[in-house]
Amino acid sequence: MPATQVPLIELKAATKRFPKNGGGIHTAIHNVNLRVAPGEFVAVVGPTGCGKSTALSLISGLQPASDGETFVHGELVTGIPRGVGYMFQTDATLPWQTVLDNVASGPRYQGKSRTEAREQAREWVHRVGLGKFEKYYPHQLSGGMRKRVALAQTLVNEPQIMLMDEPFSALDVQTRQLMQHELLRLWSGTDAAVVFVTHDLEEAIALADRVVVMTASPATIKADFPVTLPRPRNVEEVRLTPEFLAIYRQVWESLREEVEQARMATSLGG
Amino acid sequence: MTTPTPTLPAPAYALSSEREAALLAGARKSVRTSTLKIWGLRAIIVALWLGSWEVTATYFIDPFFYSKPSQILVRLVQWFGTGTQFGSIWENLGYTVLEAVLGFVIGTVAGVVLGVLLGRSSYLAEVCSPFIKAANAVPRIVLAALFIIWFGFGISSKVATVVVLVFFAVFFNAFTGAREVDGNVVNNARILGASKSKILTSIVLPSATTWILSSLHTAFGFALIGAIVGEYAGAKKGMGMLIANAQGTFDSAGIYAGMIIVTVVALLAEMLITTAENKLLKWRPSQATTQAQGI
Repeated sequence: MPATQVPLIELKAATKRFPKNGGGIHTAIHNVNLRVAPGEFVAVVGPTGCGKSTALSLISGLQPASDGETFVHGELVTGIPRGVGYMFQTDATLPWQTVLDNVASGPRYQGKSRTEAREQAREWVHRVGLGKFEKYYPHQLSGGMRKRVALAQTLVNEPQIMLMDEPFSALDVQTRQLMQHELLRLWSGTDAAVVFVTHDLEEAIALADRVVVMTASPATIKADFPVTLPRPRNVEEVRLTPEFLAIYRQVWESLREEVEQARMATSLGG
Repeated sequence: MTTPTPTLPAPAYALSSEREAALLAGARKSVRTSTLKIWGLRAIIVALWLGSWEVTATYFIDPFFYSKPSQILVRLVQWFGTGTQFGSIWENLGYTVLEAVLGFVIGTVAGVVLGVLLGRSSYLAEVCSPFIKAANAVPRIVLAALFIIWFGFGISSKVATVVVLVFFAVFFNAFTGAREVDGNVVNNARILGASKSKILTSIVLPSATTWILSSLHTAFGFALIGAIVGEYAGAKKGMGMLIANAQGTFDSAGIYAGMIIVTVVALLAEMLITTAENKLLKWRPSQATTQAQGI
């Protein structure tokens, strides 16, 4: 990233603490410094339960930082910043609305008329490949299709920042790879920056321009690896290339210690 | 290399059209037979029940106290034909239904508004919780007597009784419904740009609707009970008053007749509520369409 450019997202010494159930304080993330440039795809990997998602909730403004600061568009985050989309790990679609109306809810909240919002939504429903299903209710769709709805719901607002919290972790392997492919296809048509949280290192390298490794809890940033694989990528086949494996080895070397430490902590604690 | 044929050969599992028709006809027939069986047994149960009552009351026990189906039927015919001592049966029934419906509407609106309000504000819920628990523990039916003193023998005292009964039935469900809204869905809406009021109208209310609608079934039952007890405590018109009068004159057939009329009204209301529920909740996965057995 050129030094002169203002980063789109910047976490400065961000720390987030939560009160523990049995008393005491749990530090989810500690002293996190992260800069993301416009249009950049950053994957954040770390051991399960290390607090990766907390970083996203700070950027999205859903939660305030306990210490340190978060900037989006160079402005201090106090509420939900403009131009942010967020794809959650679990389903967040409204079960009583059809696919089309679920996708149209974003533009509706922004104050567009019903017909205008539906018009906009219809286009995105088609783009994510659900054209035939716009009148279906979420419970009539498969897990992968519901993820497509969530993707359309996020993209219809044309966000400059997409925060993705292990969005495909609940899917089976084949559907997951298909959705990764779809994500890259749809993202390449936008100029949005993506912060993609995952515990799956393969997924991180296959998708991102940069992989950020977080430590075991309390999470802080340990290392930052550029992914130099050329785009457009085929997520299924890029995994087999020697370049991919070289990067994988390098990142895994860094991640392994943290995973082992996290395992020790859970086996001691539990 | 074979060239692709324009008409594909039928797959091995395909059935001939006659066989398919026969299978489907068989499935339809078995549905018909099972419906017939269900209704047949129901009819037999009712016939046995009413018949044994009629016979017992005619030969073994005193119908003055226990009445019997034929006497009840005579009383019903008399009420609907020539009317009661207190004017036409329709007028009396109309009063009771009017009280029940008015109280039901007021109680439901109040229950939903307060339930959703407290469900969304943990501070208010914390403050109000002991009062609501205490108010719910009060034997509210006793208030019917008090309302007669406050509002007189007219319609308003009965409506008040209905309101206090309906309110709590709806309130607790609306409260739970509003509190149990998926936090993830709310966060998603906030990110998509929903304001506080939009979250309330487009997310909290619809997701509490399932809970609220299921409470309306019991609530309307309470509404009829409230109206009748209110009339029983003192009124110039209404089904409760007719029943109270029948009791006063040792007319056990009259008590049964009043009971039957109110039951029919309750069943009709139940059907209406179920229809409304199915309309509003048509997005729900249907439970009844499994064809588990196969053919």
